[in-house]
Amino acid sequence: MQLLNKNPQSLTDQLMHYCPGCGHGIIHRVIAEVMDELKIRNRTICIAPVGCAVFADKYFNCDAIQGPHGRGPAEATGIKRTKPDTIVFSYQGDGDLASIGMAEIVHAAIRSENITVIFINNAIYGMTGGQMAPTTLIGQKATTCPAGRTARQAGYPIRMCELLATIDGAIYLERTTVHTAPNVLKTKTAIKKAFQNQIDCMGFSMVEVLSMCPTNWGTRLDNPSEAAKYVNDAMMKVFPVGVYKEPQKQG
Amino acid sequence: MSEKKLMKGNEALAEGAVRAGCRFFAGYPITPQNEVPEYMSWRLPETGGTFIQAESEVSAINMIYGAAATGTRCMTSSSSPGVSLKQEGLSYCAGADLPLLISNIVRGGPGLGNIAGAQGDYWQATRGGGHGDYRVFVMAPYSVSEMANFPHKCYETAFKYRLPSMILADGILGQMMEPVEFKHPEIDPKNLKEPEWAIGVNKGRPKRMIGSYDLREGMLEKMILERVKRYKELEAAEILYEEKMLDDAEIALVAYGTSARVSTAAVKAAREKGIKAGLFRPITLWPYPKARLAELAGRIKKFLVVEMSLGQMVDDVRLGINGRAETHLHAKPGGSVITAEEVTATIENIVKKGARKYAVVK
Repeated sequence: MQLLNKNPQSLTDQLMHYCPGCGHGIIHRVIAEVMDELKIRNRTICIAPVGCAVFADKYFNCDAIQGPHGRGPAEATGIKRTKPDTIVFSYQGDGDLASIGMAEIVHAAIRSENITVIFINNAIYGMTGGQMAPTTLIGQKATTCPAGRTARQAGYPIRMCELLATIDGAIYLERTTVHTAPNVLKTKTAIKKAFQNQIDCMGFSMVEVLSMCPTNWGTRLDNPSEAAKYVNDAMMKVFPVGVYKEPQKQG
Repeated sequence: MSEKKLMKGNEALAEGAVRAGCRFFAGYPITPQNEVPEYMSWRLPETGGTFIQAESEVSAINMIYGAAATGTRCMTSSSSPGVSLKQEGLSYCAGADLPLLISNIVRGGPGLGNIAGAQGDYWQATRGGGHGDYRVFVMAPYSVSEMANFPHKCYETAFKYRLPSMILADGILGQMMEPVEFKHPEIDPKNLKEPEWAIGVNKGRPKRMIGSYDLREGMLEKMILERVKRYKELEAAEILYEEKMLDDAEIALVAYGTSARVSTAAVKAAREKGIKAGLFRPITLWPYPKARLAELAGRIKKFLVVEMSLGQMVDDVRLGINGRAETHLHAKPGGSVITAEEVTATIENIVKKGARKYAVVK
């Protein structure tokens, strides 16, 4: 009998709390597979955010730290600069990274910290119960914009890959999605590159992953397949997938 | 080691931290403490350490959160408004049992206030400042030499009991120059044992986690009570204070930092006028030497608290004395310097004219 697949070593046996149809579990697994394949589990440090992924420190089978909302890139700076042999990744949601932590992510990129950031964009605050995020689409409903986000009242969704692409220190930026199986594989390739860049001491890498939140996207989208369709039909129009920045080829 | 150098308070503090093993510093410019990051920016690379000018005080304290989690002796420095910004991070550091050094070169507040030396951050330093139940080990130097030598004690205490430590000085101590003697042997952190909780490269041990949360019922309480045990041990072993001319004193001044320097002069002036004055100087502000004050209150019946704030430390003095003696207050807020003459006048007022209890003299 041939073993075709097994749990990655880089995940613990802890039962995950994520909702059915949520993208976090998929992305956790993809990161863990990459850690296994690159054989970096024993020197990887996971930085857990505040938000739905707060328990990531328990799910990844490596050293981990959980800190204040939005400050992951600053924590990563302190860890990586004092222990350069570690591989540090900051796992952050859209409220964490693009709202309260906007200064930290931008300046970590400006300093070109040799870290990897995994940015989960599901256009909503999940853990607190569905409030408007900085990436919530125009017209999208949330508990703090119950009639749908309007530009007049709340401004426009922020495109982080495009924003960070203007910064010299950001060496690799890619946006992917996990709403279909082929895209999950593309996400894995991107995340692997983002870790490999750190191993090669290239500088700041970030992968933005579009993800589903069937629980907080409202009744019309409260099943996983409808939520996946929403990523395809609505989110990807505002947040086009693709590579926004790549390391310059040597010579 | 016995060589004396003329140094500015802020630079002595930075050098003292480096000699005590500091190898990571993150900070943001703010007057009157800019010499600390400036000094660290060239001094730390000499030792193989890292200096980072952070984009904000918020980011700086979170870099410290990360660096402290690896077991590295690290430091951030700021002045009052900047230290306010660090309070969230400090609460997380305390909640994650991380040792670190933060210095507050206090200036006049509240708000933007001014850039003169003040003591208005006493409550913030000793009562928490950030959210939740936690403590910070706080030392108050009153000379440039103490600025240079206190980082050593701060790191030793912070690592032994696993809590943040703070040096609470002020703009005057930060800017003044005095001869400095570094009393402690220089520490090379390479020779220190890696703490058994530090995250980093894992050579075969179980995974380690640094954090401050536990959502399971009753577990956060358990975590905090375990920490409180260490606080109690610290309180029993690490209280520091200095007494000057208290043996025959009829009135004891109580002051820390710059106020203690002024009070020393006032005590001498009062003695020249025939008043038996003495000085009690708390060196650790948390834990506070309350028990010693209670003992002193057995025989000294008048206490005068002198502080460059509106009456903050006086709370701790009253808690220590607990009604056994009169407690007076000479308070001056807003970054104004107290003069020895005005304190001497207050002493005379209390001893010779019997000024009423708790009077805010200035």
